[in-house]
Amino acid sequence: MPITQTHDLHKRRFGRNVGVALCLVAFAAIVFGLSVAKITQGASMEAFDHTPRVSLTPPMEESQ
Amino acid sequence: MTDLTTNTTSQAAEGDARFGDYVALLKPRVMSLVVFTALVGLLVAPGSINPMIAFTAILFIALGGGASGALNMWYDADVDAVMRRTAKRPVPAGRVTSGEALSLGLWLSAISVAMLGLATNWMAAALLAFTIFFYAVIYTMWLKRATPQNIVIGGAAGAFPPMIGWVAATGSISLEAVLMFGLIFIWTPPHFWALALFMKSDYHEAKIPMLTVTHGRRETRRQILIYTVVLAPVALWLGFTPVAGPVYLAAAVVLNAIFLKGAWDIWRRDEVMAEADGYAVEKRVFRFSLYYLFLHFGALLVDAGLRGAGVM
Repeated sequence: MPITQTHDLHKRRFGRNVGVALCLVAFAAIVFGLSVAKITQGASMEAFDHTPRVSLTPPMEESQ
Repeated sequence: MTDLTTNTTSQAAEGDARFGDYVALLKPRVMSLVVFTALVGLLVAPGSINPMIAFTAILFIALGGGASGALNMWYDADVDAVMRRTAKRPVPAGRVTSGEALSLGLWLSAISVAMLGLATNWMAAALLAFTIFFYAVIYTMWLKRATPQNIVIGGAAGAFPPMIGWVAATGSISLEAVLMFGLIFIWTPPHFWALALFMKSDYHEAKIPMLTVTHGRRETRRQILIYTVVLAPVALWLGFTPVAGPVYLAAAVVLNAIFLKGAWDIWRRDEVMAEADGYAVEKRVFRFSLYYLFLHFGALLVDAGLRGAGVM
């Protein structure tokens, strides 16, 4: 049997691959949607680059 | 020249699953109950929650439940192969290897707990992690094969979802969450023992110490009645908390009266009567017990909707 011929095995694996791909796309969409929801509702966040981390900033001393 | 396709063809029957087989590992029917009860727990909780966060929370609570189902199917493949009801599951049927089931269960557990924690709070995530551990280790690996109380204690795993939903929304546990837990926890034994009464040969052949096998069918009928009597006040108590309203209270009164009547009918019967009509009463009570839980939580949702609409 030529290897190019589609077999039931290929159909099964194709269905499985499509399913996994859709799951990964859905997961990415959920993470994106969740990020948007968290940001728009103003949850406290700190970036680890390019932004001062408030929790690590020493308190300002009283002005003399 | 060797024909490579011949080899792949011969291996296709074993371990080469369709996508649906992996979905079946997650026990979709159990997941639907998890989704519904967790959703009710989340929606009736005080305060508001962003719809996207609520959706994510429910999705990963459901996937956590599915993960524990996959771990259950991995460990119980030998028992499932013996029982008629479970022999066609993906692992005993040979469509999914036990290694795949274990791997799927562990990865989904980790992802669902992490995502629930990131989406809501870490207390909800810890409760979900405990639920998966309880179902996979305490129930599946230990209690199920060790004691006829397997259903009673193991029922806690199925009772956690509304509490997790509540904690996801509020960040803490309260009386209402405990009562929702109690409702499912005490409902589980009569529900499964009614099933065990008319699926008798399955559990016996699999050497699972179901109450029907270890203590006899007369005692099982008595225990169904006892648990149903204990269940009624818990269901009614929930009706007097702020999450419930007149719809829930009315539903609880009617549903518990019917369930009690069903349990009484089961208790009054013996095996001769049951075999004569093909376990009609036991089957009827088992079917009703499914509606019982669905309608209780549905009534809570209706009351929450009425409160939200300003009717109450």
